[in-house]
Formats: sequence, C-alpha cells, structure tokens
Amino acid sequence: MIRDITLGQYYAGESLIHRLDPRVKIIATLLFIVELFIVNNFIGFAVCAAALAVYVKVSKVPLSFILRGLKPILLIIIFTFCLNIFMIDGRIIWQLGFLKITVEGLLTAVFMGIRLVLLIIGSSLLTLTTKPISLTDGIERLLGPLARIGVPTHEIAMMMSIALRFIPTLLEETDKIMKAQQARGADFESGNLLARAKSLIPILVPLFVSAFRIAQDLAMAMEARCYRGGKGRTRMHEMRFRGNDYAALMILVLFLGVTIFMRMQLPSVL
Amino acid sequence: MPDEQLALDNINFDIYDGEIVGIIGHTGSGKSTLLQHLNGLLRPHSGTICIGDTDITAPGVLMKDIRRRVGLVFQYPEYQLFEETVAKDVAFGPKNLGLSDEEVEDRVKEAIGLVGLDYEKIKDRSPFELSGGQKRRVAIAGVLAMKPQVLVLDEPTAGLDPGAHKEILAMIQEVHKAQNNIIIFVSHNMGDIADLSDKVMVMNDGKLMMVGTPEEVFGQKERLAEIGLSVPPVTELMHALKDAGVPVKENILNLKDAEAEIYQYLQRKILHD
Repeated sequence: MIRDITLGQYYAGESLIHRLDPRVKIIATLLFIVELFIVNNFIGFAVCAAALAVYVKVSKVPLSFILRGLKPILLIIIFTFCLNIFMIDGRIIWQLGFLKITVEGLLTAVFMGIRLVLLIIGSSLLTLTTKPISLTDGIERLLGPLARIGVPTHEIAMMMSIALRFIPTLLEETDKIMKAQQARGADFESGNLLARAKSLIPILVPLFVSAFRIAQDLAMAMEARCYRGGKGRTRMHEMRFRGNDYAALMILVLFLGVTIFMRMQLPSVL
Repeated sequence: MPDEQLALDNINFDIYDGEIVGIIGHTGSGKSTLLQHLNGLLRPHSGTICIGDTDITAPGVLMKDIRRRVGLVFQYPEYQLFEETVAKDVAFGPKNLGLSDEEVEDRVKEAIGLVGLDYEKIKDRSPFELSGGQKRRVAIAGVLAMKPQVLVLDEPTAGLDPGAHKEILAMIQEVHKAQNNIIIFVSHNMGDIADLSDKVMVMNDGKLMMVGTPEEVFGQKERLAEIGLSVPPVTELMHALKDAGVPVKENILNLKDAEAEIYQYLQRKILHD
C-alpha cells in the first residue's frame, strides 16, 4: 500500500514535449504561471486553456492521468470556491440567513477556480513530461548565473537529485520495517490518536537509523570515486538547445505577448 | 495488467511437528514471498494456509493469534531494533501479545538466554552499541520471546562473518532442541541446509520445484545446476570423484560420511590389488 505513493510522478513517453530541453520546460511552466496572473478576463482564460490543451495533446499524456493528479487538491479548489462565492460583497442574487451570493462573488469564485485548475494542470505537466534527473539538471543550469555570486547551485541540484533518488528506497525500507514490527505483533491501525502516534516509534527509529546508514554509505561511495563538488565536473548528457527548443522559446515569447495584449485590450472581469 | 506475474504459483507442501525445513532458490524465486504468507503479512489470492488446525486465510481470523504461533525473523533483522535497551526491545513482541509484566520479563530472560547472550550483562545496554552478530541475536530473541510454534527465518546468516555464522547456526539448533518447534529457514549456503534440515524445498520462478530429504534433493545435481543452484562442497567432491572413475556414492552431505565412504573404497581397493 505504501508503494502507491508517487511524488512528482513522471509519465514515460517519447513525445516532442518529452524531448524538449528541461530548461525550456521549466521556463514555460514559470511563464504560464505568470501569464495566468496577467490574464484578467474569461476570453484570456479560454486562450490559455486552449494553449494548455494543445500542449497536453502534443505531450501524449492521457487526460485521465492528469485529472487523477487533480484529485488530492480538489478539496482546496472547492474550499476557495466556497470562500469566494459567499464572502464577497456586491449585488445580492440569493440569500439564506447570513449566507448570500453576489454577482461579484460568483464571478470571482468561477474566475479563481479556473485559474487554480489551470495552474495545477500546467505545473503538473512539467513533472509529468520531465524525468526528475533532467529536471534537477535543468534547475542547476538555470541557476548557473547565481553560482557567480557564491550560491552553491551544483550542491543544491545534487541534493535534490539524491533526495528524489532515495524516495523509493526509503519507502521500501519503511515497508520492510513495518512488516518486521507487524511480525512482532505491532498494531498500527487501532487505538486513539495518542496510541497510534506511539505505535509509529518502532517504525521511525529504525527508519532514521537506516536513513543515516544509507547516507553514510552513499557519502563513502561518492568520496571513493573522488567526488569533490561541481567544480570542473563534466557531464554525460550535455544540455544543448536544438531547433525544437528555439522554436518552443519563440512560441513562449509570442504567447506572453498575446496575454499582455489581451489584458490591455479586453475589459477586466473583476 | 500485462506486466503482472504470479509471485507464487501452485505451491503445495506439508510440514510436521518438530521438523527443520530448509528452503533454497535463486534471488527472486519467491522464497521471501512464501515466508511472508506463513504469518499472514501477505494473503494469497487463492488457496489456503493451515497452521495446526486453523486456516489462516479464512476471514475473521485474528492476526494476533497467527503472529503468536508463527514467528518470522526477517532478513537483516537487526535493522528493526528501536528501543533504548536490549531488554525493552526483546519485550516488544510479548508485550504486544498482552501478557502480564512478570510473564514478559520471564520470557525476555529466557529468550536472551536461548540466543546465547548473558541477560544480566546485556539487558540495560543500548541495542545500537552491540556488534553485528549480537544485534542479530537480540533481534531473533525478540521473536523467540513470543514463543512461536513455528519459527521462520529468512537468511539468518546473511552478511555475518564466519564466526558469527557458525554461532547463529548452532543457536538455531539449540533453540530447536529446547523448544522442539518447527523451524523453517532460507539459506544460500548449501552446506548449512544439508547440515540442519530434515526436509529441503527448492523454489524456482515462484514454483515449488522439489521437496525431499537433503539426500534426495542434493542427489539431483544436474537439476539443481539447471536453475543455478549448487550442492554442498562435500557432495561436489564426491561427484567429481565419481566422474573421475572412482566408484563412490555421490549423495553424501557431510565430511564424516565422505571420509567413511572414501575409506571403505580404499580398503576395497587394497584387498583387490
């Protein structure tokens, strides 16, 4: 059961999007988030949604897979929707006791709802189409300029990839320890909150010990292979912009222009 | 799903009171999966597992009862230690069974003695400051303290130095003698399997390939070689002698029998000449 947990899940594929340089995809995601906040009317959202739909289509990630990712955040979306719809003052169209719905509230709620959904789908596409390792590589390269002012970019990226690499290892370890303690009669499911929290100790202590042991082994293995940080280190996969990447960048800039133009020309909803 | 495969397929066997059963098989042959079914950690999709007269796959069976009867010692059990002191750690199992404090203490004392450690000396030490072999004994004591009728050990000697290896094996025999329980263990050391087991089970690709006495199983060198398993070194030697034209029995499992067999052969030879 514990193996079902997936973090930053990757959908293996060979599409045009999958093959793009991770830096382009990171920039695209950041820009898309900015654009969602530039847009201030429904026509703008329709254009953004259409662009996102094209992106999804090209990436060949099944829609059901993307929507499944929305499920955990559904609660937050509903919560903000309700908050907006009941809390904003304006022309009242429906009222029951202290609850009232206003035209402005309804519009804001729908507007924010759409923005949230697009935001989540847009950013989840980054991890869906990019392998965690290329993602951290891309982040390292994008942060490159900061290295000149002393930010340890290589180390940050290395820590991120190690963390990602060891998530499955630690889950496996947890599974093993849980089973071992269950074999000794441990019970994780019954009892009140305090009893349940206490029942986690037999799992957490060995898990911490294991994590430190694994970290020590890894550090030793890295030192044995003369790891000395990022200085002068070459890489197996050099990242280089190709034709597709330049084309993608052009489209991104163009789309940013379109959203800014729409904000200036079209009336705002709010 | 297309990439699913059966982890265990058509496994049937009986184990009787007081038997020591050795399980051999390649990595990924389903040994550990099989062991985890024996105390209900994993449930079979079809089929039944009976321990004594209880079908543990039946709905409504209390897991606590199963775990009281079948003690499972995982691979590298020392990684499950967590308490401040050895005595507290060993007491974890019996406490979970809901026994009284005196009963728990008695069992802890007995279990630590059974695994060959000095209770008075070790009870207040932290399990994390012990040596590898000692840690493993403490972990095994943690399961023994639950007094299981069936003791299951998954590669109990993995990763130990030769000294600790021998001690753990001697300890298993000691426990068997003291409690006359069923012991089921997995090992990759054919010599250990031959020395200890009354019955050997060979797993391959999730299937039970052979069951029999060590003599029966290790007599089939070719079939074992097909799935990448070997026979004990002594048996290997007897096979080599036979292949070289020396007429000796080849299903011999220990040095003593081998010595006797070769001695007999030499005597016959001298008489002949």
